[in-house]
Amino acid sequence: MDLATVIIVEILYSIAVLVLISAGLAVVFGMMRVINLAHGEFMMIGGYATIVAVNSGINIYVSMLLVAPLVVGLLGLLVERLIIRHLYGRLVDTMLATWGLSLFLVGVATMIFGNTTTGISPPIAGFSIGAYQVNGYNFFIIVAALVLLAALYAVLSGTRAGLVARGTMQRADMASALGYNPNTIYMVTFFCGSALSGLAGGILAPLVGLVPSTGGTYIAKAFITVISGGSSIIVGVLSSATLFGLVSQVFTFAVSPVVGDVALLVAAVILLRLLPQGITGRFFKGRM
Amino acid sequence: MAKADLKHTAFVTVLAAVALLIAPSFLETYTLTILVVYGLLALSLGLIWGFGGILCFGQAAFYGLGAYTYAVAALNIGESTIPFFLGVLMPLLFAALLGAMMFYGRLSDVYLGVITLVVTLIFFKFMNATAGPEYVLGTARLGGFNGIPGFQTLNVPGDPDAYILGDAFYYFTAFVLLLVYVFVRWLIASPFGRVAVGIRENEQRIELMGYDARLRKTVLFAVGGGIAGLAGTLFASWAEIVTPGLFSLSQSAEIIIWCIVGGLGTLVGPVIGAMVLGYLKFVLGQQSVIDNTLILGLVLILFVVLLPRGIVPSLGSAFRSFQGAIRRRSRKTPRRRRRRQADV
Repeated sequence: MDLATVIIVEILYSIAVLVLISAGLAVVFGMMRVINLAHGEFMMIGGYATIVAVNSGINIYVSMLLVAPLVVGLLGLLVERLIIRHLYGRLVDTMLATWGLSLFLVGVATMIFGNTTTGISPPIAGFSIGAYQVNGYNFFIIVAALVLLAALYAVLSGTRAGLVARGTMQRADMASALGYNPNTIYMVTFFCGSALSGLAGGILAPLVGLVPSTGGTYIAKAFITVISGGSSIIVGVLSSATLFGLVSQVFTFAVSPVVGDVALLVAAVILLRLLPQGITGRFFKGRM
Repeated sequence: MAKADLKHTAFVTVLAAVALLIAPSFLETYTLTILVVYGLLALSLGLIWGFGGILCFGQAAFYGLGAYTYAVAALNIGESTIPFFLGVLMPLLFAALLGAMMFYGRLSDVYLGVITLVVTLIFFKFMNATAGPEYVLGTARLGGFNGIPGFQTLNVPGDPDAYILGDAFYYFTAFVLLLVYVFVRWLIASPFGRVAVGIRENEQRIELMGYDARLRKTVLFAVGGGIAGLAGTLFASWAEIVTPGLFSLSQSAEIIIWCIVGGLGTLVGPVIGAMVLGYLKFVLGQQSVIDNTLILGLVLILFVVLLPRGIVPSLGSAFRSFQGAIRRRSRKTPRRRRRRQADV
């Protein structure tokens, strides 16, 4: 019974992590058809921003929920103005340019922070279920992922800004004819997406030892989750994160963490082969 | 091959051969060898991406697979001739299988990118996790992140004690590069290559003309995989060790950067891109002021935004317009001369 509880918590946790790390990428990809391969590095910078803020005496929750998203959001704004803006509509070129950006950011982080591991301790203590020790911070991550999805849904479907953003994503020319400047909307969307990446990086910072190349471990999973999810942002990410989280945790428990990772990747290959448009390209069509 | 193609190929081959022969007087052959291997690797992606329109994010998978196949086979056999061919054959077959799975599933651009990337990651994760003694192929331990050292490097066929090392190995790799270049040129000039370029331009139209685009893309992808495997085999023999780093994301990234910088849609471009950037990396590796990846990243961004066609095509068109200007001028001179002759 205790073991079952622990396994369920672990599965929910791994789904929550996948949701967190792919939300920022999903917003940018779903809205703008831009794949930001520097997403992992945005998370890495969010993590460093959190650690630096905590070390300079700012409350840990303030640093990861406010400082990290703000720093990375502003960085995203800069990147959009300097690079992405010139490449709209050229999917492959944006991928390549952001890949270059990711290498560049890794280089910058290496020069500033050095090639060493830094970290902070999680603010919530662990506790035990029966004979098993559970990390208390895992619950925080599950809650954070839920709140994030709810907030995303509320903003996109409930507010004027969300409506305009969705309209622009469907027909940029029509939105522009109705008096909204697509350029500004893209800029704001990219800011939001980057801020979400920063938020994810900040929230995950206490869990991982941060090195400049940390981003690489996130990007593949985030990329796979978003693409497999398909074009609908929320339903897509939630459904593919659930599937992959489940697969990887089941195999992790049954065999080993490495097999869990490999199983996730194999599942992605099979899924994309069967549903080349992603999960939401086939099911839940037209949802958000 | 048409006459113009033949002339072009011969011209480039001779020029390259001369350059490769002169090069050892400027650089050590040890460094040159790896640059040539990089060139071969870039050529493989330049073929499938530039002429087939298949953007493969995981060319490193075939490169690594070639290197690992060679290492494992060489340890088991103790002579390099069969492993050398296996190192080409295995990636070729694997690429054919993977390609068939993707192209018959009608996957395109982004999805293709994800799958090839994921496959590379699977190799990377798996090879990193094979440190235990239970991961053995014949007599070869896979060795996890430490890789496989101490296998038989390239030798004269039939004589395991006659190693091909140093200068001889450099000339061998250079010869292989030229050979592969000529082969790829021939492939592109053949009807198969023409149709492949047609598929790149408009797949639907080619299918309506009755060609099976799926099969052709698969074959092209397999050839690309085989060439990358050949590069991996040569790398294994050069480095005398193979590690999971061959499958890493940064390795894949580098191959793509070479092609972008050198110029897509040409064959010489990627090779030159690989050699120039490989040398740049080598030079940058000797200083510690600026981080290496930072420069590589910056190069990629600048090229995508400012010079998306790459060096060779841009230089080519600049050269043509220069040539055109000269021709226009020289056309004037003969006319004047003729008039003068008429006066006389």
